[in-house]
Amino acid sequence: MRVLMLGWEFPPRIAGGLAVACYGLVKGLVYHGVEVTFVMPLRTGEELSNGYRLLGANEIEIPFHHSISLPPFWHQVTFYGVHTLLGPYLEQITTPFLEFSSVPEPVSLREEGLFRLEFSGKYGPDLLNEVYRYAYAVSHLAERVEFDVIHAHDWLTYLGGIWLKQKTGKPLVVHVHATEYDRSGEYPNPAIRSIEKMGMEAADLVIAVSFYTRSLIVEKYGIAADKVWAVHNAVLPKDRAPVSRPPSHRKVVTFLGRVTFQKGPEYFVEAAARVAPYVPEAHFVVAGTGDLLRPVIRRVAELRLGARFSFTGFLPPAEVERLFDLSDLYVMPSVSEPFGISALEALRAGVPVIISKQSGVAEVLPHALKVDFWDVEALSDLMYGVLRYKGIRPFFLRHAQEEIAQLQWERSSARVVEAYKYILS
Amino acid sequence: MKHICLYFQVHQPFRLRIYRFFDIGVSHEYYHDINNRALIQRIARKCYLPMNALLNRLIDKWGPERFSVSFAISGMALEQMQLYVPEVLESFQALYATGGVELIGETYAHSLASLKSRVEFEAQVKEHRQALKKLFSAEPVVFRNTELIYYDEVAQWVSKLGFSAMLAEGADTLLGWRSPNFLYHSEKAPLKLLLRNYRFSDDIAFRFSNRDWSEWPLTAEKYAQWLEELPEDQTLVNLFMDYETFGEHQWAETGIFEFFEHWVELMLGQKRAIFITPSQVLRKHTSVSSIAVPVPLSWADSERDLTAWLGNELQVDAFDTLYDLEAQVRDHEDPGIRRDWLRLQTSDHFYYMCTKFFSDGDVHKYFNPYHSPYEAYVTYMNVLSDFRERLTLSLE
Repeated sequence: MRVLMLGWEFPPRIAGGLAVACYGLVKGLVYHGVEVTFVMPLRTGEELSNGYRLLGANEIEIPFHHSISLPPFWHQVTFYGVHTLLGPYLEQITTPFLEFSSVPEPVSLREEGLFRLEFSGKYGPDLLNEVYRYAYAVSHLAERVEFDVIHAHDWLTYLGGIWLKQKTGKPLVVHVHATEYDRSGEYPNPAIRSIEKMGMEAADLVIAVSFYTRSLIVEKYGIAADKVWAVHNAVLPKDRAPVSRPPSHRKVVTFLGRVTFQKGPEYFVEAAARVAPYVPEAHFVVAGTGDLLRPVIRRVAELRLGARFSFTGFLPPAEVERLFDLSDLYVMPSVSEPFGISALEALRAGVPVIISKQSGVAEVLPHALKVDFWDVEALSDLMYGVLRYKGIRPFFLRHAQEEIAQLQWERSSARVVEAYKYILS
Repeated sequence: MKHICLYFQVHQPFRLRIYRFFDIGVSHEYYHDINNRALIQRIARKCYLPMNALLNRLIDKWGPERFSVSFAISGMALEQMQLYVPEVLESFQALYATGGVELIGETYAHSLASLKSRVEFEAQVKEHRQALKKLFSAEPVVFRNTELIYYDEVAQWVSKLGFSAMLAEGADTLLGWRSPNFLYHSEKAPLKLLLRNYRFSDDIAFRFSNRDWSEWPLTAEKYAQWLEELPEDQTLVNLFMDYETFGEHQWAETGIFEFFEHWVELMLGQKRAIFITPSQVLRKHTSVSSIAVPVPLSWADSERDLTAWLGNELQVDAFDTLYDLEAQVRDHEDPGIRRDWLRLQTSDHFYYMCTKFFSDGDVHKYFNPYHSPYEAYVTYMNVLSDFRERLTLSLE
């Protein structure tokens, strides 16, 4: 079985759970004997590669034509040249906004008749433009890479997936790690939503990271339920010993994730504000960045809790692990969380977690502490309970270890292999 | 002719309200008065009043010598009846006055005190005795411990308190090859033992309306026939269950009331059985053997052990934290402290923290006000923290 996998990030380039999930999945597929070629926008050469092939769209050589023949579906897309903060992750805005031009521009002529496209590999205002260039570049893999299945991760790569499917007739799997409804609530960006819907419709099979996401796909995008499989994410075993904690009576309560509407950082702050006067040794960490970071810091200042909070900004994976080692409690109050792989990472580090009921990971953690994201009082009460009463920690960790042992990428990947076989038969 | 011994448990806990940590030291109102009232009113309407009326009719028709039943009514239930549904207490008093009812002793708070403290256990047994005397002029001679928790040491305490018999679960681990359909006695104390026939009891209490059960629907004729098929020498059948089985666990729509009435009529009309109370059992039967139970048994779940109340770290921590306060409460005069001390000991609080969702989860969810065991634990611990603060302040 040979899979051409299209994704936007891969370790060590990590902006969120997408890279972690892609990495775990690829490793799991390799374990099951699947040959994987993973195509990301920009390959810098640092990416981990062991038993699979990594390719950057920036490396694909494209023959120069004076008129580019665009696939029919291209005209179904509504293109918006709107200056807006698009994309799944809103930090790392580095490139100035470029007007979209529907025909990709040749950027670097390598030799006669061949050129390569340039990619930032980042998320920013130029994202849509880059998404189209990516699709155009990967469509040229049709003749150059041998594969049986196309597997595209999130909307960023769907156009490329559709184009490849039309060129080769190979089946397409789209893997939904998040939808525009998770990111933007009830008011999705229409350009992104239309690409998502097109991808799901063109796909032979849709993989959702949870039943929660699966029902969103069915309800909000009108996809037939039997075409959508839920395959839960997993977590890789920890490969290093925990760092030792400095002797301190401080209790660290952590929020980790993009500081955006989707992740509910405001609820964390409001609950922390309730707990803070009652648990003087509690210290609250907000790790991550995003468009709500400034309002959140302002709110903390307004509450006069500056001394009780730390804002770390974006943390690379090694720092995340360190943070978990130092945490007494992890809180994930997401408004809409397709999965929430960081909850598993916290558990793996032996940290109790409180997760919102509006998260996919709640499905695989029956013993987790769960709360409605908006219920600040209930959230604060659970936070207080974990910090103050000694019954929860041992009970929770005992069950969590059992649950996490079930969540192996080998197992989730086996289900993906099953999905490939299903659409190939 | 079979002797059927019917025993019904009547108990309602004082469920806690949503009590947050920021209420500690601020509010001493622990109970969900609205829900507790609404629940007991509903149960009164659906179960207590109609079932009392049915039993009254049957006693009236057949006479107490052929149809008698027994109840244990916890102090918590008695208090809530007085507070919220006095007509139910009157209805029980009227039923008792027919002479066809025996009242059984238990711990006032329906507590797990027997697992922690003999002193507290005995105090509660005496308190319950006083309540029965005051409200019914009754003197119990037979005892049942919360959730039929039984072990040798408790048998000794109960016997010393003047009881002549105790009810217990007819668990397989206790009986082995032996049948629950005889009278037994404790190996360690002069105390007779009536053992619950869990198969026949649960046919009514749990399986009656279960459509997945191969024997559904259970008819009075079928049930009578099964009793008939018991070996000739097994004349005693102990059917022990929650009183709420009638009309609440099994809704009226399932036909539970009609089933019960029809079955009683069938047994009595064809002279196949009479219905006797535990102390009548003591007069009509002799013990066939002694029984030793070194480790506590209960009637709960499939394990018949204590794991429904003390099976996980949440429950154990809450339980230990509670009884750490015992010495401080012991000689406390404050009626408010005494009242809350009892109410917080009720076993249901620990039951709500149970995490055996899967096999017996359905039963555990019943009347459970919480979404998760954590919520139950944190709420309980918050209340306990306030209670401890009050104790400390009052003793300063």
